[in-house]
Amino acid sequence: MSFDPNAFIIILTGSMIAISCGLLGVFLMLRKMAMTGDAISHAVLPGIVIAFLISGSRHGLAMVIGAGLVGIIATVFIEYLSNKVKLQSDASIGITFTSLFAIGIIMITFLANQIDLDQDCVLYGEIAYVPIDLWITGSGTIMGPRVTYLSLINLTLVSLFIYLFFKELKISTFDKEFAATIGLSTVGVNYGLMGMVSYTTVSSFEAVGAILVVALMVVPPATAFLWTKNLKRLIQLTVALGILASFLGYYLAFFLNSSIAGAMASVAGFFFFLSVILNRKQIPAIKKKLSKMKVA
Amino acid sequence: MEDFLYFFSFQDPNVLMVVIGISLLSISAAMVGTFTFLDKKALVGDAISHAVLPGVCLAFMFSGNKNPFWIVSGAFFTGGLCTYAITWISNYTKLKEDTVIASVLSIFFGVGIVMMTQLQQTGNASLSGLDHFIFGNAISIVRKDLWVYGFLALAIILSILFFYKEFKVMVFNRSFAESVGLPVKRLEFLFNSLMVLAVVTGIQAIGVVLMAALLITPAAAAKFWTDRLDKMLWIAVSFSLVSGITGAYISFVLPHMPTGPWVVIVLSLIAFLSFFFSVKKGILTKWIARRNYQRKIHSDHILKALFGAREKGITNLSVESIFNNFPGKSFKTQYSINKLINKKYITDNQGSISLTKKGLTEAKRIVRLHRLWELYMTEYMNIAPDHVHDSAEKLEHIITPELEQKLDKNLNFPQADPHQSIIPRDQDKS
Repeated sequence: MSFDPNAFIIILTGSMIAISCGLLGVFLMLRKMAMTGDAISHAVLPGIVIAFLISGSRHGLAMVIGAGLVGIIATVFIEYLSNKVKLQSDASIGITFTSLFAIGIIMITFLANQIDLDQDCVLYGEIAYVPIDLWITGSGTIMGPRVTYLSLINLTLVSLFIYLFFKELKISTFDKEFAATIGLSTVGVNYGLMGMVSYTTVSSFEAVGAILVVALMVVPPATAFLWTKNLKRLIQLTVALGILASFLGYYLAFFLNSSIAGAMASVAGFFFFLSVILNRKQIPAIKKKLSKMKVA
Repeated sequence: MEDFLYFFSFQDPNVLMVVIGISLLSISAAMVGTFTFLDKKALVGDAISHAVLPGVCLAFMFSGNKNPFWIVSGAFFTGGLCTYAITWISNYTKLKEDTVIASVLSIFFGVGIVMMTQLQQTGNASLSGLDHFIFGNAISIVRKDLWVYGFLALAIILSILFFYKEFKVMVFNRSFAESVGLPVKRLEFLFNSLMVLAVVTGIQAIGVVLMAALLITPAAAAKFWTDRLDKMLWIAVSFSLVSGITGAYISFVLPHMPTGPWVVIVLSLIAFLSFFFSVKKGILTKWIARRNYQRKIHSDHILKALFGAREKGITNLSVESIFNNFPGKSFKTQYSINKLINKKYITDNQGSISLTKKGLTEAKRIVRLHRLWELYMTEYMNIAPDHVHDSAEKLEHIITPELEQKLDKNLNFPQADPHQSIIPRDQDKS
């Protein structure tokens, strides 16, 4: 297969999104908040629609702030329902995200002729259109595909967040009491993480859709967790799996003529199930072999 | 309005069919959902509802049309597979259950999206209704669908009624169910099948993305009105019916509107109203009760202050001196004074407050409880007299007349408390 610049751009964008999602997903998984991440990615939909309506564009600060706020509100709301209303936590998550998602869908249907968003885009995005959605500056210079820039910014911010707050995240994830004792604001860390999750959902939404963001957030870390328990290894493996999913996903979608985001999720799922099946006995043996190879 | 009458008079057999269909599915989903909610499996319901998408697409691929029989079978197959995968993976790996649910959910949905987009690319005209399965459209239910979905819903309802007692025991006390010899494993399998079926019956009318809400929300709302399972089922079913029919009506009036989101909105509204205004456990009810309690405490303290002054021989206190007793709470104090005057516990004679006879009895009661409790703590719990005041401050508002009698009797009707203050009684003169 010859080098195809469009394929390269799509795979690059997909990989950057998958890495941002996976980095956050590692911490979501370890904090037992995988379903909260799922809930947030559904719940930001009304925020996206409102911000879109106000600012009139799919990009820009308004979008990020609007949806980020809705994501944090959803988190606060879930916690309010389970702590103050005393509703069991799984039901709090379920009610919050289904109601917010329903509001978002109704808004989209009502405003169908006013805004350039539709139900399909919400579901699985349009990463295939990334190369033709160009960023053109005021003077008319073509700077390249816009979504790629957005995902680059997103990846930079997510990496920076994790790099800067690595210690805080790590401590508050593994030992909440200790974190509180040494004066760490666990609530702050939590909302920071949730804010980043919302922002990443918004930023990736256009490319992979609101529901499949979850696949990229949860599945690669879960797969990696079956192979290693070391946090740094976990992150490295997650990043590798994210890139692999986006690379193979693109060609699977090309081959099947289907949604690329869906194919990325399917490839990630394939590795997940493969690891689960191998996990029961084979993984320890494979790891031993690998370490022997390194020594030799 | 015309639409409203037309819809609810059921003169159109199609409308009648839609209403029957959505009612049956709301009832069955709410019944299954009540048990799932109590079994804390609400999110498994969410996973199943996403996981039926690849099944629906598979059915399309094989049959090439929207035959409801194939669709139901396909959906049931992948829904069941998803439930099985979740149980299996959480049992055999160290992954936490929520991670497993989120992973399986999104993988199945991703595969479903791949299949659906691929089907759409083929451009087969008979597939145009495929996206109805995502967000649901009740109006698209036709007679053939109704037979299949209605039959399934009825089967679910009857099975739940038939195994009501078994499921109840299983959900509330699994080890008891095992010890009385119930086949818990088989019951669980049956229950999981019913859960998948309940999701499957809803896919055409509600859609796969939001079907989970029909399982979770009615039960969660009903929980706020009752603690009894039988009542909870009734309440959940009626909430679900109301929202199901409303959603169908909106889709009827605005045909481009998907039904699922509207049903969920109505349901969520009912749920939030329940959370806030439920007579027993609502946030508002709790808040009012707490505020009333705090007000009662404050009034009690004013009565105590008046009684304390009386013990020192002062029968009247000026409003200002009462205010000075509670610095920074003048608004609350004024309110309590007004309340006490209304209840005829105190009289206000040109800014000088004194206890009435009724007020004196009440004040004595509070002080008596305070001092009895202090005495009880020193005598029976061996707590130093200078440590008992704070606890008595709290319990003087809570101790019931029955408990007071017992205290009095156990302490042998004492005259004085540990600080040598007299324990006031109604028969005293003063």
